[in-house]
Amino acid sequence: MNEKKGRYGSYGGQYIPETLIPAVQELEREYEKYKNDADFKRELNDLLTKYAGRPSLLYYAEKMTKDLGGAKIYLKREDLNHTGSHKINNVLGQVLLAKKMGKTRVIAETGAGQHGVATATAAALMDMECEIFMGKEDTDRQVLNCYRMELLGAKVHPVTTGTMTLKDAVNETMREWASRMDDTLYVLGSVMGPHPFPMIVRDFQKVIGEEIKVQLMEAEGKLPDAVIACVGGGSNAMGAFYEFIPDTSVRLIGCEAAGLGVDNPKNAATIANGSVGIFHGMKSLFCQDEYGQIAPVYSISAGLDYPGIGPEHANLYETGRAQYVPITDEEAVDAFEYLSRTEGIIPAIESAHAVAYARKLAPTMDKDRIIVVNISGRGDKDVAAIARYRGVQIFE
Amino acid sequence: MSRIKKAFDNKKAFIGFVTGGDPDLETTQELIPKMAEAGADLIEIGIPFSDPIAEGVVIQAADERALSSGTTTDKLFDMVKRVRGKTDIPLVFMTYMNPIYTYGTEKFTKKCAECGIDGIIVPDVPFEEKDEISGACNEAGIELISMIAPTSNERISMIAKEAQGFLYCVSSLGVTGVRSKITTNISAMVKQVKAVSDIPCAIGFGIATPEQAKEMASCSDGAIVGSAIEKIIAQYGKECVKPVCNYVSKMKAAVVSAQ
Repeated sequence: MNEKKGRYGSYGGQYIPETLIPAVQELEREYEKYKNDADFKRELNDLLTKYAGRPSLLYYAEKMTKDLGGAKIYLKREDLNHTGSHKINNVLGQVLLAKKMGKTRVIAETGAGQHGVATATAAALMDMECEIFMGKEDTDRQVLNCYRMELLGAKVHPVTTGTMTLKDAVNETMREWASRMDDTLYVLGSVMGPHPFPMIVRDFQKVIGEEIKVQLMEAEGKLPDAVIACVGGGSNAMGAFYEFIPDTSVRLIGCEAAGLGVDNPKNAATIANGSVGIFHGMKSLFCQDEYGQIAPVYSISAGLDYPGIGPEHANLYETGRAQYVPITDEEAVDAFEYLSRTEGIIPAIESAHAVAYARKLAPTMDKDRIIVVNISGRGDKDVAAIARYRGVQIFE
Repeated sequence: MSRIKKAFDNKKAFIGFVTGGDPDLETTQELIPKMAEAGADLIEIGIPFSDPIAEGVVIQAADERALSSGTTTDKLFDMVKRVRGKTDIPLVFMTYMNPIYTYGTEKFTKKCAECGIDGIIVPDVPFEEKDEISGACNEAGIELISMIAPTSNERISMIAKEAQGFLYCVSSLGVTGVRSKITTNISAMVKQVKAVSDIPCAIGFGIATPEQAKEMASCSDGAIVGSAIEKIIAQYGKECVKPVCNYVSKMKAAVVSAQ
């Protein structure tokens, strides 16, 4: 893997306009300078432990394990982090880096609002100006998260171009960055986009897998047999997988949003339905038509509602190191309810995609086997949408 | 001498951009030869893309109109072939890497050559990634147009040395679109280019008025105008040919006066 050129096999790269190239090169240079800097590492570690609440728990889901009657199930509780998801790991790193770089303003895209809220939080803490770009469809669906970001001092721009969802929010944030980069850093929310973003976001998220390894070693004295995580752009999955890539006995399983089904046009399953393309700064897999027009995608989960996947995932898929499975809305909602009732943990609807696959896999494995499921976020934000899915008319 | 070089031969060039298929392919087909007659020296034809990240709102809307009128890359190739029968003006495709890659990069550049396209501008393929397409362009005899931006600074000579056709000098930060003022020191940018290469430099992004066109052309080899033309197309739809050509004549005169 040639990290210098930002390539993961044939995937990755820096396919962005010339105007932005000096900005990503500056980011790469500064990141390489700070990532091993003792002060930077100490400050980030302080933020993660004293502000975000790391390490997050690795919880043995005994009732779920007994109910499914197969492999032992552990849940990595990223939902317990400050702001309620794994997104905080990355934004604390990137906003601290922005500060070190002398930037005074951060901008970010958001889908459901998790990354936007996390970015606004870090910006408030570190005294940065913050502007969030969010598709108009999503600002309408996630009114509460918009208010939350404003409460934290951020300005939210509803994006009215294209399909008015996450991909359009990314387009608009890139356009904004191209018009103002002197004082501004784009805090990208997933392991996607042009190099160095996939690498930086993965590095700030890999703490998830590192903790899993240590915590499971303490609890069980061995490696897990499988690590399961949901995949949109793929940051929580990359964070959970990365530490285990060299441990080939550990199966790495990403769960994609299949929406109404992989055979139905309303899905966001990039690995199942996508093909190789070049978009949003990277060569990777995308849902697109025969002429390379990016397809509108759909999932009940706004966080997985993205037509592409990070380049390192595309490579893990191509090399066979990780496998990717589609999970439908219906399966995810079932798992959302199942985990709530069985363990008293309401997972994010994104994370419920991973829980859904664990329910299928665990019964096929022996009782001495171990599955770790990454609960990437908490589900409070989804309760109203799930109620509506079940025919109960609750609005935020 | 290549058709593109000829556009700059002993003169300042006026370059017009139209999104192919906006409002429909028939209109574009009629528009291109008429723009040539009205004085355009080179025409960029945008292949519409669902997510044009370097474009401002005007060309984004043009792309949406073109796509919803059923424009595809194949239909555009057919249209260009028909246009090529009527005019000898240099024609350049402007699009993003994904439509090219998905079509098959080599198949795409070969098809360009067959239809009489002279060059390609791909805003999301910077110098560092140009291997993605430069081999196929050279093979097919299509010139790959490079871009420099106000942020390029020390990158300019590296880019200029390998540039083909003409160099697209981006006048301002941000995306395409009409601007009231262009604040970048364009003369300094062009000087840096000319120090290492005699490639023609054309300025684009933000130019809308004859005054701006004259000013930009006076410190370079030509002016590129896209959004201002697309605004006229948006306003007049299928009836846009005459107003666009009137505009092109005015702009061409402004560029010539900068000689």
